[in-house]
Amino acid sequence: MSTKIAYGIFDDDDVVMHAIPKLQEKKFKVVDVISPFPIHGLDHALGLKRTRISMAAFMYGITGTSLALLMMWYMNIWDWPMDIGGKPSFALYKNLPAFIPVTFESTVLCAAHGMVITFYLRSKLLPGVEPHVIDVRATDDRFVMAIEVKTDADKDAAHAAMKALGAMYVK
Amino acid sequence: MNYTFNQKNKTIAFVLIAIGLVSIAASFLTHNHQAWSNLLHNTFYFMAISLAGTFFLAVQYAAEVGWSVVLKRILEAMGTFLPFAAILMLVVFFGNLMAGHNGGHYIYHWLHHDLYDPASAEYDKIIAGKSGYLNLPFFVIRMLAYFAIWIGFTRLFRKLSLKEDIEGGSANYLKARKYSATFLVLFAVTSSTSAWDFIMSIDTHWYSTLFGWYTFAGMFISGIAVMNFILVYLVKKGNMPFITEHHLHDAGKFMFAFSIFWTYLWFAQFMLIWYANIPEEVTYFMIRFEHYRPLFIANFLINFIAPFLVLMTRDAKRKLNLLMTISVVLFIGHWIDVFLMVTPGVVKEHWHIGWMEIGTTLGFLGLFMYVIQASLAKAPLLREKHPLLQESLHHSI
Repeated sequence: MSTKIAYGIFDDDDVVMHAIPKLQEKKFKVVDVISPFPIHGLDHALGLKRTRISMAAFMYGITGTSLALLMMWYMNIWDWPMDIGGKPSFALYKNLPAFIPVTFESTVLCAAHGMVITFYLRSKLLPGVEPHVIDVRATDDRFVMAIEVKTDADKDAAHAAMKALGAMYVK
Repeated sequence: MNYTFNQKNKTIAFVLIAIGLVSIAASFLTHNHQAWSNLLHNTFYFMAISLAGTFFLAVQYAAEVGWSVVLKRILEAMGTFLPFAAILMLVVFFGNLMAGHNGGHYIYHWLHHDLYDPASAEYDKIIAGKSGYLNLPFFVIRMLAYFAIWIGFTRLFRKLSLKEDIEGGSANYLKARKYSATFLVLFAVTSSTSAWDFIMSIDTHWYSTLFGWYTFAGMFISGIAVMNFILVYLVKKGNMPFITEHHLHDAGKFMFAFSIFWTYLWFAQFMLIWYANIPEEVTYFMIRFEHYRPLFIANFLINFIAPFLVLMTRDAKRKLNLLMTISVVLFIGHWIDVFLMVTPGVVKEHWHIGWMEIGTTLGFLGLFMYVIQASLAKAPLLREKHPLLQESLHHSI
């Protein structure tokens, strides 16, 4: 069965922070808060797991390093040996200093683009996908709280609880 | 929250100083040709660490940093070694000047008089061309000016900080902020020129426009490593209960980031010289790569790969033992780095690292430990009346 999400829209981050423990006491599962700016202690209050994007970034970085070295080894050592700076040593490890800037740039390029693309994929923000906007002002001065519920009755209860704790409106 | 300099630590410091004195005496008595370069190497290294403490303190003031208030007493204590480093540096310079026949034979080649005499067979046109800057009176004036500026500002910061403990308020903090901005400007110039004077002038013919920055980067990261070591030591002893893992994380980040910064400058200097392959520049790396290869490679591995891989994750920066280990590794790594800057120019390929070299360093370390702990014990470890104290105590990342 599919889970449903009850949304409550707030206009103050303090109200949100105070509402979270009270909702959790009543066994509501607060899964996320969408906020226009980072709120200190929010991750801890929600019990969110740490993002794994840093691990992904490391993997993308390693990929970039390897691709750059492979490319330069093929181009300048294997396929068309290059005399680098008057030092015709024709081996990757001997010409490595000349290859480091490109390797570095490639590492940064792959890590940065990899992270952004991963983030978009995980957030379901592919080109052509209709974005799921709960409140257009969630990027400006509104805070959206999301509670996971199972049935419509639970959803109504969550709505009522959020309203009681200061939500401007619910949906 | 006060640090007490107990008898055990005093004994350790004295034993290390004794080992150092024996090693220094032994290296002179056995005509160890590396004796002078060992002295310069260690004096410069510990001076750099101490100076990095004052520099980092000034950065905290000038940028109005909140989180680092809890670390400021450690940085102040590191700066108090500067007068000792100054005396040692003067002793090394003038001792070397008097000991060498024909003036400064051992460390500074440019002190020879004959180099500037066109009639002499020793006449060196390149060095003679540098004599407008590189002459004895101007060198001594510069050296004294560096120490006057560095020690003067260090004492000023310390004085304002101790005054703040009594008076409270933000007047002393604002004054320190103003003075630190002045200090940073002066430091930007003196850190570069002092690197040229103390170290780059050993290889008199050679020059690198990046040398000042490269030396500064090494100075900064070794200072941060020592700061981290003292921090972890004090936390483990229970002297700093106010330090949270958030402070450790930020201190660890500095160690991570500036290891990479040092590598960047090390490589930028190396690669341009390697690539251009101009004889007068490349000699510097030729001798280091031909005759010092194990150290040359260890320098890179220890100072880049080790902190880069170990400190990359978030959790690593929050673990006391790991931070302490990496700070010791970096301390050794940058000892090697300064060794590679100083020694090849003085003794060419006839180098060795034996008990005398290590003993000399232990002696300097003992003196450094003694001075730092004595000044840590003089004031409370927390600056109770710092205007940004609450921000620091509640630091959360």
